[in-house]
Formats: sequence, C-alpha cells, structure tokens
Amino acid sequence: MAAEGGKIDPMHQFTVEPLVPLHVGGYDLSFTNSALFMVVVLGLIWVFMLGGMKRELVPGRWQVAVESVTGFISNMLAQNIGPQGKAYVPYVFSLFMFIIVANMLGMMPLGIIPGVHAFTVTSHLTVTGVLAVISFSIVLVVGFWKHGFHFFSLFVPHGTPTIMVPLLFVIELFSFLIRPFSLALRLFVAMTAGHILMKVLAGFVINGLNAEALWVAPVVALPSFILMIGITLLELLVCAIQAYVFALLTSLYINDAVNLH
Amino acid sequence: MPQIAQIASTYAGQIFWLLIVFGLIYFGIGRAMLPKIEATVDMRARKVADDLAAAEAARVAADATEEAWRTKMAAAKAEAQAETAAAKTKAALAAEKRVKAADVKAAAKVAEAETSIRSATAIALSSIESAAAEAAQDMVAKLSGAKVTAAAAASAVKEAMVHG
Repeated sequence: MAAEGGKIDPMHQFTVEPLVPLHVGGYDLSFTNSALFMVVVLGLIWVFMLGGMKRELVPGRWQVAVESVTGFISNMLAQNIGPQGKAYVPYVFSLFMFIIVANMLGMMPLGIIPGVHAFTVTSHLTVTGVLAVISFSIVLVVGFWKHGFHFFSLFVPHGTPTIMVPLLFVIELFSFLIRPFSLALRLFVAMTAGHILMKVLAGFVINGLNAEALWVAPVVALPSFILMIGITLLELLVCAIQAYVFALLTSLYINDAVNLH
Repeated sequence: MPQIAQIASTYAGQIFWLLIVFGLIYFGIGRAMLPKIEATVDMRARKVADDLAAAEAARVAADATEEAWRTKMAAAKAEAQAETAAAKTKAALAAEKRVKAADVKAAAKVAEAETSIRSATAIALSSIESAAAEAAQDMVAKLSGAKVTAAAAASAVKEAMVHG
C-alpha cells in the first residue's frame, strides 16, 4: 500500500476509504475504514469491560485489570474535582478508553495481513475535534448551569487590580476558548506525527533492502530498523500519555467549571 | 495530508459514526457497566473495612478477657497465699502449744527427779552419819578402850559434819 510503484507515501495510511456507501440527505455517511476501526474499538472496550462484570469479591486477574483502570479514572476525578467529580467518571472513562484503545489499535501490526492496514481513528482532526468539542461543551454547560453568569468570574483571577480586569478578562477568555483546539490538535498531531515517522522509517528499511547498491542495506536499512523498534516503543508510550493527557485536561477543565477558582 | 484534504468529504461520516460509537461507549459502558464495577470495588472496600473493624473488636474483647483472667488469677493467687500464711501461723501456734506442754511435763519430771535425788542424798547422808558414828565408836574403843555410847558418837560425827 505504502510502497506502491516503489514510492513511499507516508500519508496514505490516513486515507479514509468507504466500505459501505451511505448517503443521507446530501451527507456522505458511508461506513468507512475509520468507522470500522471505531466499531472495533467499541468491541474491544466492551470485551475488556466484560471481564470486570464477574463482580467477584475476590477478583481474578482480568477483573483486577478492569477495576484498576476504572479506579485510575475515578481517582483522577476525585483528586482534581473532589467529591463532585464522581458524576463525570462515566464520561472521562469513556473518553480515556476510546482514545487509548484507538491509539493502541492503530499501532497493531495489521499490515502483515495482505490488504489490511491499521487505521488510527485518533489521527483525524475531525475525530479529535468532536471529542474536544464534547468536552468543551460539558465544561460550558456545567459552568453556566452551576454558576450562571458568575461563571465569567473564571476569567478574572483573584486579587486582580480593577484597572487590569478588562485586559485579563480578554486574555483568560482567549485561553479558555483555545482549550478545545489545543485538546484536539495535541492528540491529532501526536498521533499523526508518530505514524508518519514510523512510516518514513519503514520506507527506509524497505527501500534500503531493495536498493541495487549492496552497501545500502546494512548502512541504511539496519539502523532504521533498530531505530524503528525504539520509536515503536516510544509511540506506545505516546499512545498512553496522549489518552491520559486528554482525560486529565478534560477533568481539569471540568474542575474549573465545577469549582471555579 | 488526507485528514485535511478529505475533510470536506468525510467530516459528516466521521462525526456520524463517532457519535454513534462514542454514544454506545458512553451509555453502554460508561453509564451501564462502569457503575456496577465501581459498586463491586466499593462493596469490597466496605467488606474489608467491616472485617478490619470486626477483627479490632475481637482483639479488644480478647484483651478484656485476658485482663479479667489476669485479675482473677491475681486474686486467686493472693487468696492462696493468705490461706497458706494462715495455715502456717496456725501450725506454728499449735507447735508452740505442744512445745509448752512438753516443757511443763519435762519440768515436772525434772522436779520429781530432783526431789527423789534429794531424798536419796539425805538417806545416803544419814547412812554415812550412822556408819561414821559406828566407825568412830569402834576406833575409839580400839585406840583407847573407852566405851563411847552410840549417842555420843553420833553427836560428835554430826558436829564434825557440820563444821567440816
């Protein structure tokens, strides 16, 4: 796929390809490879969570794994928001699980099966953007529902001299409004960049092995391959960290809305 | 970059399927399964806390039982010691009494023996006197041929005995 006609196209992996065409009212709602991987993510999370549904008093390994993930998220919300954070555990948990499973699924070496290619759902700005907008909407809804127009005091830190209030209000408002973009862009860029880097290195390995000059393989392909192993491990770390950062920042933003500051 | 090049043609489908999938995850997993798992965790934590409390209560009860046993044991020991001491004094008193009675008996015996010794001594002395008087009578008769009456010999002997 990537090396069609001997050319490496590191961007090809991000192409959305329709599998089942579906057009509704002028919108293209086709079931694409992206949608397929989202459904696979849903299935994986569901199967994982089933292991925690045995609800035994003395848990097995799988149940402990599920409980430690749920405990991780509920602890994060309890620490960042306090007792009121419990209400947001389902959302942040869904967000965290969707992102981390989608990230990890994109790292799976499915390319060894002919005609199959791993697709990283979270490497699409549309997807990360929707998730960020949902998080931001929750912050806005909770903020205005709990505090009304007093929510705007979020943009005026304590102890601000009166004369500075208009300026600081504008700066804080701007930093508040930039949040969904930073959330969406961070995840999108991290995943995209990592996958492009890996694809480029993979291209070096393949083209180095196919090169006519014999010295190219040991000098280019081998170091690239070794580097790829390291980058793969780093990418797995990035997958987990990006999911954690997204969930953590969401909980911090919700904290702003719940408790102001 | 397909994500941006294709955005116009794919955004609707991406959003549509993401909302469906994320909605299923949120309502089917986050809302339905997660609370049950958390309830299990909470139940376990509560059970552990209850068990710890029960163990603590049992420990306190055991401590109280031990304390009660200790005091009981101490009381029993003191009682036993008191009884022993009483028995000892009783025994000592009885022994003293017996010793006193024996002393009295022995003293009586000693006095009896002394009187008998004294009477025996007196008898012996009187027999010595009569024997000495007879001897003196004989000696006087043999030496001087004078006849001394028994009475005179006896009085002379008595005088000699008194003056040594």
